[in-house]
Amino acid sequence: MDIVPYLLLATLEGLVQASVLMLTALGLSLVFGVMRVVNVSHGEFFMLGAVAAWVCANLIPGPPYVPFIAALLIAPVFVGALAWAADWAILKRINYNPEATIVSTIGLMYIIQQMTLITFGPDAQAVEAPFYHTVRFPWFGYSGYKFFIIAVAIVLVGGLLYLLRHSKVGLYMRATQFDKETAQNFGIPVTKVYSGVFAVGAMLAAIGGVLVVPSQQAHYLMGHDPLLLSFVVVIVGGLGSIPGTIAAAILIGMSDGLLSVFFSPTLAKIFSTLLVALVLVFRPQGLFGKAGR
Amino acid sequence: MDTIGTKKTFTLPRRSLLKGMAMSGAALAAPGIIGRAVAQSGDVIKLGAPFHRTGIGAAYGRWYERTALAAVKLINEQGGINGLPVELIIEDDGTDPKRGVEAVEKFSAEHKVDAIFGHLFSHVSAASAPRAGELKMPYFLCSEAHSLAAGAFNRYVFQPSISDVKSQVSSMAPWITDNLGKKVTMIYPDYAFGYDHRDNLTAAIKAQGGEIVGDIAIPPTETSYTRYLPRIPLNTEVIYHVLVGPGVLTFVKELGEHLGSQRPEIFGFIDSLEAVSFDIPQLAYLEGTHFWEAMPRYAQPNQTSFDKFYREKVGVDANGASVDDAKSVATFSHMFSVWETLFAMKKAMEMADYKGPKQKIAMLEAMESITGFEESNEFPQGRKIFNGKMHQSFAQQNISKVVDGKLKVVHTVSPEDTLYPDEADYTKMSF
Repeated sequence: MDIVPYLLLATLEGLVQASVLMLTALGLSLVFGVMRVVNVSHGEFFMLGAVAAWVCANLIPGPPYVPFIAALLIAPVFVGALAWAADWAILKRINYNPEATIVSTIGLMYIIQQMTLITFGPDAQAVEAPFYHTVRFPWFGYSGYKFFIIAVAIVLVGGLLYLLRHSKVGLYMRATQFDKETAQNFGIPVTKVYSGVFAVGAMLAAIGGVLVVPSQQAHYLMGHDPLLLSFVVVIVGGLGSIPGTIAAAILIGMSDGLLSVFFSPTLAKIFSTLLVALVLVFRPQGLFGKAGR
Repeated sequence: MDTIGTKKTFTLPRRSLLKGMAMSGAALAAPGIIGRAVAQSGDVIKLGAPFHRTGIGAAYGRWYERTALAAVKLINEQGGINGLPVELIIEDDGTDPKRGVEAVEKFSAEHKVDAIFGHLFSHVSAASAPRAGELKMPYFLCSEAHSLAAGAFNRYVFQPSISDVKSQVSSMAPWITDNLGKKVTMIYPDYAFGYDHRDNLTAAIKAQGGEIVGDIAIPPTETSYTRYLPRIPLNTEVIYHVLVGPGVLTFVKELGEHLGSQRPEIFGFIDSLEAVSFDIPQLAYLEGTHFWEAMPRYAQPNQTSFDKFYREKVGVDANGASVDDAKSVATFSHMFSVWETLFAMKKAMEMADYKGPKQKIAMLEAMESITGFEESNEFPQGRKIFNGKMHQSFAQQNISKVVDGKLKVVHTVSPEDTLYPDEADYTKMSF
C-alpha cells in the first residue's frame, strides 16, 4: 500500500483505540484523583461491561440495535452497582488505605474474573454490532461501527467534563479531590462522594466494554490489556488530571495505531511502556499533573 | 492480637481458630484422600487428561473433553482394556505451560495414572512433554506441533493420531501453488505452532517455485487484527492464514472487512474457524475460499460409516455442530485425535497385555512396533501410517472449498504423500 492509505488506516485505528482508552482511563483517573485508590480491578469492570452486552444480546429480542442500546444503559448501571457494593463492603472497611486498596482490588480482580469464568464460561462470545456497514475506501474497507465508537466516546467524555465543571456533583468531586478534610468541614458528604466516584469510574469502564464488544468478542480474560493501557495513560497524563488523561489517551492511542500499522503492535507496546518509564523518571507527576502538594 | 496504630483490638478465640484450621485442613486434604481410596492400581486403568478447559484454548478443551468421555464410555461398554475398566481423570491446565506441567506432576504423584493424553496447544505440550519424560510417564499428544517428530522430546511421548504441521503443510503446498498462486502472504500465531507453519510453508512454497511475499505473526492473545492487515502486500496472490485463540472470529471478520471484493485467493487452516459458525453475513466473503481440514466438518456425500458412527457417539450433527445446540460448533478437525489416541493406547495396551505400571515399558515398546491403523470406528478420520521411530502418525489431509456456506472437500492427500524422511529415532533412547 502507498503511504496515504497506510496513514489513513493508522489514524482510524488510533482514534478508535484512543476513544475506548479515553473512557476506561478516565474512570481509573477519576478514582485515583478523588479517592487516591489505585484500582487494579478496573479492567474487570471493562470486561463485565462486555459480558453484560452479550447477556443483553441473548436475552433481549429484536434487531441487534435494541439489545445494544439496552446494554449501553443496563451494563453501566449493573457494573456501577457492583462497584458501589465493593466500595461499601471492602474499600470503606479498610479506610481507603493506599497499600490495602491495591491488594484488595487485586483480590477483587480475581474474584470477578473467576465468577465470570464460572457463570459466563471460558469461551469468547461474539455480539452482533447494532448496525453492519463497511465504509469502503479505495484501498481497503473499514467497519462503520468503529466510527460510531469514536462518536459515542467523544459525546460521553464531553458530557463528563461538563458535569465535572458545571454541576454541583462535579463541584463536590473537585472539592474532595482538592482537600478531603476541608471539603468535609464544608459539609460535603465525602464518603458518599467516594462511593459515587468509584461507581462512576466503573461505569465508564463498562461503557468502554459495551462499545468494544461488537468489534471484538467478550472473554473473561479481556480486562487485562485495557487495565495496563489505562495505567499507562493515567501515569503519562498525570494521576488524577482529567485533561491530562484525555490528552494522554489520544497520544497513546494514536501512537499505538501508527506504530502498530507502520511497524508492529509489539513495538507499539514497547513504546508506550518506554514512555511511562521516561515520564516516571523525568516528570513523575505526569505530563499534565501538578507537583504533589 | 494487638496491632499498632489500629483503634480496635481484634481478637480471635483460640478454640474456634483451631477448630477452623482443623476443618479447612480436612477440606483441603479430602480430594487427596478420596483420590487415593479409589486409586488402587491393578483393578482399573487410569488415564489422566490435562485439557484446556479455560484460557485461550477453551473451545478446543471443551470438545476434547466431550470426545474423550464418549470414547472412554465406548471402551468401557466394550469391556474396557484387557478386562480392566478405564477411569478418566480430567484436570484443567488453563492453556498455560506452567499449569500444564503441574497437571502432569499431579497425575503422576497424586492420581498415579497409567498414562496421560490430550495436550493440544504447543506451548503447553512443549513444557509438559519433557516433564512427563522425567517422571517416566507415558504422554500422548493430541497436538500438531512438529517438535516430537523433530526429536525434541523423549521416549515416553507419542503422537499416534493427528499428523504434524510439517507433513500437513508440505503436502498442501503443491496444491496451493498449482491452483491458487505462487506469491503467498502468511498470517500465523506468534509462537511455536505458528513457527512450524512459517518455516515449513516457506520451505515448501520455495520448493514449488513460489515466493513468500508477506509474513505476519500475530500474538495468540490478540483481540484486534485490523492493524496487522495493511502488511499484506498488494502483489499477494494467496493469503495463507492459520490462527488460534479466542479472537479467531474477529480475525476472519476483520480480514473480510479489510479486503472487500477485490480479495486475493485465500487458503486457511481450519484452526482459524474451529468452533466458529460461519453462517453470518460478515463471513459471506469466505465463499469460494479454501481451507485445510484434517477431518471434514460437514458430512460429505461419500461419508463413511465410521464417520457417521463417530459423530453419533460424540453427539455431533452432519454440520459439525452439537446435536443439542446447532450454534455450538465443534473443533472437528482436531478432536478426533483424542478419540483415535485413546484407541491407539488401547491397542498398545492390549498388545502388551497391560494390567498396570509393571507392563509400562512393554506397552511403550508395543506402541513403537505399530506400523499403522486401518480406517475404522476406532480411527474414523482415516487410515494412518505410524512411524515408531519418530513416534508420529501420518494421515490423510483434505482441502475443502466453501460452497454455499459449507465446506466441500475438493482435494485429498493420501497418508503416503504426507511422509518426509525420518528426523528422529526415539527407539535408540533409553527408557
